[in-house]
Amino acid sequence: MKSPELAGPPAASAEGARPGASTRDGHPQGILGAVAAFAEQALTIAWAETRKLRRDSTEIFTRAVQPVLWLGIFGVIMGRARAIPTGPVGYLDFLVPGILAQSVLFVAIFYGISLIWERDLGILHKYLASPAYRTALVAGKAASAGIRALLQAVIVGLVAVLMGAHLRLSPLPLLGSAVFIVLGAAVFSTFSLAVACVVKTRERFMGIGQLLTMPLFFASNAIYPLSLMPRGLQVLSRGNPLTYQVDALRALMIEGGQSVTGLGLDLAVELGVLLVLVAVAARLYPTTVN
Amino acid sequence: MSEDEGAAGEAPGAPIPAVETVGLTRRFGTLTAVDALTLSVPRATIFGLLGPNGAGKTTTLKMLTTLLPPSAGTARVSGLDVVAQPREVRREIGYVPQLVSAEGALTAWENLMVFARLHGVPRRERDERVRQALEMIGLAEASGVIVKKFSGGMIRRLEIAQAIIHRPSVLLLDEPTVGLDPVARRTVWEHVRELRELLGTTVLLTTHYMEEADELCDAVAILHRGRMAALGPPAQLKAQVGEGATLDDVFAHHTGNALDTGGTYREVARTRRTARRLG
Repeated sequence: MKSPELAGPPAASAEGARPGASTRDGHPQGILGAVAAFAEQALTIAWAETRKLRRDSTEIFTRAVQPVLWLGIFGVIMGRARAIPTGPVGYLDFLVPGILAQSVLFVAIFYGISLIWERDLGILHKYLASPAYRTALVAGKAASAGIRALLQAVIVGLVAVLMGAHLRLSPLPLLGSAVFIVLGAAVFSTFSLAVACVVKTRERFMGIGQLLTMPLFFASNAIYPLSLMPRGLQVLSRGNPLTYQVDALRALMIEGGQSVTGLGLDLAVELGVLLVLVAVAARLYPTTVN
Repeated sequence: MSEDEGAAGEAPGAPIPAVETVGLTRRFGTLTAVDALTLSVPRATIFGLLGPNGAGKTTTLKMLTTLLPPSAGTARVSGLDVVAQPREVRREIGYVPQLVSAEGALTAWENLMVFARLHGVPRRERDERVRQALEMIGLAEASGVIVKKFSGGMIRRLEIAQAIIHRPSVLLLDEPTVGLDPVARRTVWEHVRELRELLGTTVLLTTHYMEEADELCDAVAILHRGRMAALGPPAQLKAQVGEGATLDDVFAHHTGNALDTGGTYREVARTRRTARRLG
């Protein structure tokens, strides 16, 4: 069992008495080294998360049920009633990006529960005692939420096409949509991680998650246009990252879809909010294990 | 030996201890969990922090792993300050928390690969390093098995493998054998000894099993309500108390037979939870 190579000169022999001995593992120094290390660490976390996901993929399908109901029932009836003015596009087409964003939101907003789970085990302790950047640990989680959201988007997209929605299926719009789907998932999953760091128990977290989803959904342009809202709600909606995600998806995914707020602003808001949330969550991360 | 090269600013000629604390203190509100702890752990030794639940063992380990900032005093790992140089400290250490810390939904190989990557083990060395760690800890056969299917002893060994994948100079084990059956416990002990012998790793472990401290540790510090009650090699501590004394007697002698005092509801719950998960 004791193979001879194990007795070879290890980094941690008595010579390790020098602090920061050069034989220690680690990424190269300097800004580039730090960026490489950050990317490697974030990808590692995302890799581990997707491996876990692969072994429990039924969840992705069960998550598709709700969007199907929204499109198949709410969308069809409201479309028939012609109660919501959506300009040149039909109501179903208008609704698809909103419901897609909503289904991504509903999954991402509960993502923080995995952090509480990892804290209740000792997994998080070990991550935090490793040299990985805290921001990389958070960004890795956000990235895996993005990957999960893409799988979900494929299913919702297929359902929408089957129902006769007019999606733009050429590469560039698809790529643009994918970017905003990943960004939206990353924003709300990071928000969820930060909330988990603060509330600390599963029960409280589930309660808060429930509390957050509906206001985020209704105070947005997901199922009706901004122009239809009373002034107060309009202001609220413009402070909601979901609005910008839906706006971008509407412009990118739908035949004849138009952006109201502007794609540039949409991207800036999503990226800006994500950066702030990653920084906040990374600051809160270590408090979870105390 | 390069022991006496020393770091800049250290006393020349004196080897740098693997772990050194001076007046290390941690308060939670009005409770002082660790109270002015001063100790020095020489390199390549197996050192035990011994005491009942609530004695301050886990809190001490959390400060040494940079997870918890001290309220007062200093702690150094391989000469590196845990407050001023946390990232450097994290490179030096391997840590196995008391709680179950292997990811159940991943395989043994994946669990190790995650930590090899987080620690920046060079890409071309990773596969070999993971293979070696698995072999060393006796899990080579179980490489591709989902950890959920592991026994408690296998999980603990995998966690130790995760903690040594980057070849740390100091390995910190929090209650490494809690919840394990006697056979699995002995196996963990053997692996800990082997690590010290083959790699020269310093091992700092906490335990509330007197037997474990007696069998495994070169020296122990007995903690009682956050303070150090006694320090020395088990044999010496026993001899001081009297002929035929056990470590239990030593403990009772220094703490007034307080083995089952202390320990909050939360700590007890945590220990039992760990025991249940592993058992």
